[in-house]
Amino acid sequence: MNLAITILVVVAIASVIGTVLKQNQPYTDYIIKFGTFWHQVFLKLGLYDVYGAIWFLLLLAFLLLSTTVCVYRNIPIILRDVLHFRLNAQEKSLRTMANQQEWQVAQETQQVADKAQQFFKGAGYRLRIKKRGDEQVFAMIKGGLSRFGYIFTHVGIVVICIGGLIDGNLPLKIKEWRGAISLETRNISASEVPAKSRLKPQDNFSFRGNITLPEGSTTNLVFLNIRDGYLIQELPFSVELKDFRIEHYPSGQPKSFESDLIIHDDQLSKPLKTTIRVNHPLLYRGYSIYQASFGDGGSKLHLKLWPFFDPQLHTTKVDTAVFDHRDLKVKGQKLTLEIDKFQPFNVFPAEKGSGRSFVNYGPSIVFKLRDATGVATEYLNFMGPVEQDGRLFYISGMRKSVDEPYRYLHIPMDPQGKVDRFMEFHALLNNTKRVAEIARQNATKALKNAKLNSPQVRDRIVDSMRQLVKLYVDGGFAAIDNEIRQRVPKDKQASVADAYIKILRNVMQSAYLDLLKQEGVDISKPLSPANQAFFEDAVTNLAAISKYGSPFYVQLASYDERQASGLEITRSPGKDIVYLGSGMLVLGIFMMFYIMPQRLWLLLKPVDGKLQILLAGSGLRNKEDFSKHFVELTKAFELKALGIAERR
Amino acid sequence: MNTSQHVMPSSFERWSWFKNLNLWDGLWAALVLASGFYVFARYGSEMDTFELGILSGATMGLTGLGLLWKSFRGLVIAVAVISLWSISIYGTDLSLAEHNFFLKFLISSQSAIMWMSALFVMATVTYFYATFRDNEFVGKVASSMTWTATAMGLIGLMVRWRESYLLGPDIGHIPVSNLYEVFILFSVITAALYLFYEQKYETRKMGGFVLLVISAAVAFLLWYNFARDASEIKPLVPALQSYWMKIHVPANFVGYGSFAIAAMLGVAYLIKQKAVQVNPDGYMARHLPDLDMLDDIMHKSIALGFAFFTMATILGAMWAAEAWGGYWSWDPKETWALIVWLNYAAWLHMRLTKGWRGAPLAWWAAIGLLVTTFAFLGVNMFLSGLHSYGEL
Repeated sequence: MNLAITILVVVAIASVIGTVLKQNQPYTDYIIKFGTFWHQVFLKLGLYDVYGAIWFLLLLAFLLLSTTVCVYRNIPIILRDVLHFRLNAQEKSLRTMANQQEWQVAQETQQVADKAQQFFKGAGYRLRIKKRGDEQVFAMIKGGLSRFGYIFTHVGIVVICIGGLIDGNLPLKIKEWRGAISLETRNISASEVPAKSRLKPQDNFSFRGNITLPEGSTTNLVFLNIRDGYLIQELPFSVELKDFRIEHYPSGQPKSFESDLIIHDDQLSKPLKTTIRVNHPLLYRGYSIYQASFGDGGSKLHLKLWPFFDPQLHTTKVDTAVFDHRDLKVKGQKLTLEIDKFQPFNVFPAEKGSGRSFVNYGPSIVFKLRDATGVATEYLNFMGPVEQDGRLFYISGMRKSVDEPYRYLHIPMDPQGKVDRFMEFHALLNNTKRVAEIARQNATKALKNAKLNSPQVRDRIVDSMRQLVKLYVDGGFAAIDNEIRQRVPKDKQASVADAYIKILRNVMQSAYLDLLKQEGVDISKPLSPANQAFFEDAVTNLAAISKYGSPFYVQLASYDERQASGLEITRSPGKDIVYLGSGMLVLGIFMMFYIMPQRLWLLLKPVDGKLQILLAGSGLRNKEDFSKHFVELTKAFELKALGIAERR
Repeated sequence: MNTSQHVMPSSFERWSWFKNLNLWDGLWAALVLASGFYVFARYGSEMDTFELGILSGATMGLTGLGLLWKSFRGLVIAVAVISLWSISIYGTDLSLAEHNFFLKFLISSQSAIMWMSALFVMATVTYFYATFRDNEFVGKVASSMTWTATAMGLIGLMVRWRESYLLGPDIGHIPVSNLYEVFILFSVITAALYLFYEQKYETRKMGGFVLLVISAAVAFLLWYNFARDASEIKPLVPALQSYWMKIHVPANFVGYGSFAIAAMLGVAYLIKQKAVQVNPDGYMARHLPDLDMLDDIMHKSIALGFAFFTMATILGAMWAAEAWGGYWSWDPKETWALIVWLNYAAWLHMRLTKGWRGAPLAWWAAIGLLVTTFAFLGVNMFLSGLHSYGEL
């Protein structure tokens, strides 16, 4: 018994490990976290899958064994205890009991015996009577069920463990040890997975597998993720996903996740149509199909690539889909566009005081651009404009690694609601010839009334204007600042910077007006506030492009959403056994705690013409409660069986 | 004859339980059953099998509890009447919570919960005063406060349940869905269990100790409310939309409440024991509750808690089988439930088979509460997993 309690505590402590150390993560995560050495140690100890580790299973087996032995040893004792009345109890031994009460009455033995029998039977005692000469002994038992509670609880635990064992992955483990199956670790399509990593329906009667099923597709396979690999489990039927839906509460929180499924099975006369949702799985042929997650099923995306390097602004259309990898040739370099994610909406809590509880930023895509050396940058682009400080921007976030936060490029939206004007502005400033023209016009205008009006001076000015624009477009103010620091003596730097900025602004403004003229805006009038604001935003954000890292801006032009439902498909034939054991356990606990097992003896013995009555008893489990009960019982016995109204 | 009948103690009735039921018991049963039937007649057509099961279970449960524990009836009737009153004032207009005098200051769910909070804290102090000053009257005041606080907490939950439906028929749900709501449930259940022992053992000396843990819960509740705006009723995430929630959560909190009581009595035991060691006739030794009684109630409380915690864990497993695809996934919450269960299983084995009593078990019960608290709160705060409903 000491052993059993020790194991209970050891199992409890061992269980803690698996909750503190995240289980079944990719091994690379563990290596990053603990380093190679500790990773190896933890791996050997089975700490990444504690509850499947051999030592843990042995511990459980040991607990099971000790419980079984306990039950096996105790059942005969309990049966004897419940069935055996101990009629041979002697007066001497009764008098040693903690609970006893004695009376002397002037009544007939048989008369008292009859009344006593009636009383105790009424009180729910089972009794046996033995006559020894002129003596009578009553042996009584009540609450024997409590003793069965012990059997119920312990057998219940054994039954639960057996059910759990049936649903455990032990058979699979044994197959793996024997080499009959091996885990697949490569990221390949299901059809390429070799037979050694595939399980037929009859090979495996208990599993928990997952599958991501895009809308409109059908499968009869699920993936069993084990350690750093997986196995493919075949099903005896196939599952088709018709539609996946998310419903929302008015506050924007998700209300339900639902999948319309069709089960195709030769055993069915016609396909079975059904809808599953969270908390409402489909039970079919001993398999359960759950709504576990959702994701993208390869939504079709139509992208427009706006080059930052091309003064002619030749855009490229790319039709792709989520999870697609597409090789692009950019300026003779290979660049891979990897689409990771599409989201039809992005709901964020609104700022306080905005009067709304949430804002929706609309559709977005997440993609990576990977260069020939394998280095990737991740981008997050919103399809529609997003409001910031009262103005609308097309936002694109970029980051070099997933640990970093996104840094955002804000493209001001033009009056047509597009990115076009910004892109054209950028292209214009990139166009050396056009910039030179504009610079020449500006210079000519500026030099009209100046004394030093010569073509050489003008060309020099034009050249420096062009230089300034190039510096700014390629590197922002930082580049200009750098230039000044390198070329201008320290005491003049501030005044030169002022002049440069003025010149730069002038040129860019002229370029902007040029662009507006092309658009058909009347530039003889003062600019509208919107056009003015656009210019400021454009100038500010132009400089960020140099750090943006992508040679183009990827615009999500349109999309065709295709959702996928994450299904969990399980088979656990041990479940009902576990429930049976659980029922026994609960029943047993209540029987044990709330039925008081007790024994009573009543000795009727004529002594000197009077009848001596001795009532003695013992409670097996809770002696304090029994003592109280015994006191009450004697009072009632006195009143009802002996007819004594008042206590002496 | 009359006097002897009077002498017959009530708990003796157990062995011939039905014979000893009186007219009041019959009325009680009739009242609860009639209410159950009324609900069935009026709303039965809208209920599914599980809801009918829960209705009949609740009817039988309330009848039974009222027969076993007479004072419970008053509580139920008070809660029912006042909750219905509050609901009738509301009608369909939730904004009345701000305008109607009774709702605003007394019986809207938020006001009722604030009353509960205040009363529990005051009762804690009052119980201790009564204990150390041997003042019977003050003790009665403390009991009344605890009864009232329990009623107010229950009213708060009942009215909150209705309020959630007033927000929108699809938002409505039983208020046991987040940390804020279950802390109210914990306070109420712990207090009710304590009151049962208080009556059964005819002593108020344990009150301060038990109410201390309730006051701690109330302190958390208030912080959570004012610092985090936690009292706002939020719609249920899909994983929680299940009838299992109605039984899994309350069963769990009977367990937690019992373990909390046992732990506080363990603390009382240890203090008393120390006091007796220092001076058997000293002030502390004379005023603190009796050691044997503490030991006994500690055991009973853990037994009750263990029974309910076992049920709750099994119900949780059944729910998990429906929501997460498996009755046991070694999720942190599941694993910690097992740890708690193993802990108290070991405790009970020590007492029942090894015959341990007193201080070691008192220490164990007190430390057990830390384990339980971690399973209840710590898992949500520090460990991630499927069961991440009550996040801070």
